[in-house]
Formats: sequence, C-alpha cells, structure tokens
Amino acid sequence: MKKLKLKELESCLQQVDTFESPKLLLEQYPTRPHIAACMLYTIHNTFDDIENKTIADLGCGCGMLSIGSAMLGAGFCVGLDIDADALEIFNSNIEDFELTNVNMVQCDICSLPDSMSDTFDTVIMNPPFGTKHNKGIDMIFLKTALQMAKTAVYSLHKTSTRQHIQKKAAEWEVKMEVLAELRFDLPASYKFHKKKSVSIKPNITEKILR
Amino acid sequence: MKLLTHNLLSSHVPGLRPGGGFPLRIELGHPSELPPEPVPDYEGDEEFLRRVHHVLLEVEVLEGSLQCPDSGRRFPISKGVPNMLLTEEEA
Repeated sequence: MKKLKLKELESCLQQVDTFESPKLLLEQYPTRPHIAACMLYTIHNTFDDIENKTIADLGCGCGMLSIGSAMLGAGFCVGLDIDADALEIFNSNIEDFELTNVNMVQCDICSLPDSMSDTFDTVIMNPPFGTKHNKGIDMIFLKTALQMAKTAVYSLHKTSTRQHIQKKAAEWEVKMEVLAELRFDLPASYKFHKKKSVSIKPNITEKILR
Repeated sequence: MKLLTHNLLSSHVPGLRPGGGFPLRIELGHPSELPPEPVPDYEGDEEFLRRVHHVLLEVEVLEGSLQCPDSGRRFPISKGVPNMLLTEEEA
C-alpha cells in the first residue's frame, strides 16, 4: 500500500463532510482534519496499531477518524454512534471516498452489551467530554473502549481531566500514556459562542492493555 | 452491514437469559443464498474459503432487520446501518 504522507492524509480528511446542524446535547463537532491526521499518523507509524487491524471508532459522528484509519490501511473499521443524522453523513462520506472496509452501527455506547468485549484490535475515538448535562460520559466511553479493545485505546480528553484519568487507569489496571497535548480550535459551530474560537486543551491519551 | 459486523452484535433487551441475545437472525427483504454447513477440513478448501470471505466481507445487507433469538425483538437495518437503540420503555 502506498505510504501516505501526513500532509496528504490531512488534505484528504479536509474533504470529509461534517455535521450540517450539530446537536448541542450530543456535543457534536467534527474532529479537525489536522488533529485527526496527526493522531492517526502517530498511531500508525509509531505504534503500528492501524494497518490490517480491526478498529472501532466510538462516537464516530461523521467518521473523520474511521475514514482516516481506512486510508492508512486498516483491515476493518466500525463506527458507532447514537445519532442517525451523523451516520447518514458518515455513509455518504464512505461512498465519496469509495471505502469498502468501513461499517457503522447505531447504538448507545453507554449501554453496550458485554458481548462486545475484546472484539477489536484498536479503539480510536474522540469522545464527548461531558460538558452538556452528561458529566462522566468521557469515562464511560473510556471504560467501554478498554473492554472492547484487545491491544490499545487512543482517545482525546481535556487536560483538566488528566489526573482523574490517571487514577482510573491505575484502578482499571491499564497503562496510560499521554502522547500529545494540543490546542483545539473550535470555530463557533454553536450559535451562542460569542468568541470567534474557543481553545480547550485536550490531550491524546494512549492506553495499553496488559 | 457486513456479516463481520453482524457477528459483533447482540440484543440487550432487558430480561434475557445469558447469551440469549446472540446470534441475531438476519431477515432480508428477499431470499438470499448463503453457503451451507462448513465442509470437513474447510481450512484447506480454497473454494470454500473464498466463498466465506465473500460472505463475511463483501456482502452488505442494506435493508432488513436483525431478530433477537430469545425475545423476538427486531432491530431494523436501514441503508446498511443496523439500529441497536432500545426505546425508552425498554431501557
């Protein structure tokens, strides 16, 4: 498979269609192509957790991370999301990109059956942070991701939650490593944003299951 | 929805016995041909493996439903996406 350069990946991901009317309560916003590209590139080149692997994308939305993974040679990607509208956009993206190894399931990550344990090599996700009457949802996503993944979970979280995550990782007996700290540029996608762009500082966290 | 994806899914309608939600029965709008029982020594049978590969990874169910073996509850598949969400009453 032709080796895709970071810049090429990023410019491909810029073609991914995103939410038309993002739903506030679901914290819907697209993962920026630059962040998605950097994250996926690292996972692929440093850790080799994408090529020929089965990958789950929890809270996939319009599929930015799944599509990027498929472009880097993933064996099979499954996106999971609760919102039918987002999945419809994801579906049309898959057609546009002519991908044949990406599927999606509409479901509620917070109530997945145990039968999904150890079903994927890698989980890659940008979960909701829990800022909209859904406090703690980021940890539910993380816990579920760790159950589903056989090898590793790569996830984006707010820097302010780092200590809490470290504590939970120790409790769950998984190894956690912060891979990068980024500034997230969120242009005002919700009407009430008064500032032009809001900076949150999430960090990419890797967890390796023992 | 590929068969490989279907293999991951199970019903989580409340009150099922353990394992009662798997496997989900695929119901299609029209009849379809799937391979019969695996032949003995199927690992070496190239033709069979090719057909299994085809069914697992190349066939997509676009419209239909998945039926829970124990409760009979149907999960719809629309445009290739299975909807596993429970209603508020069920959850």
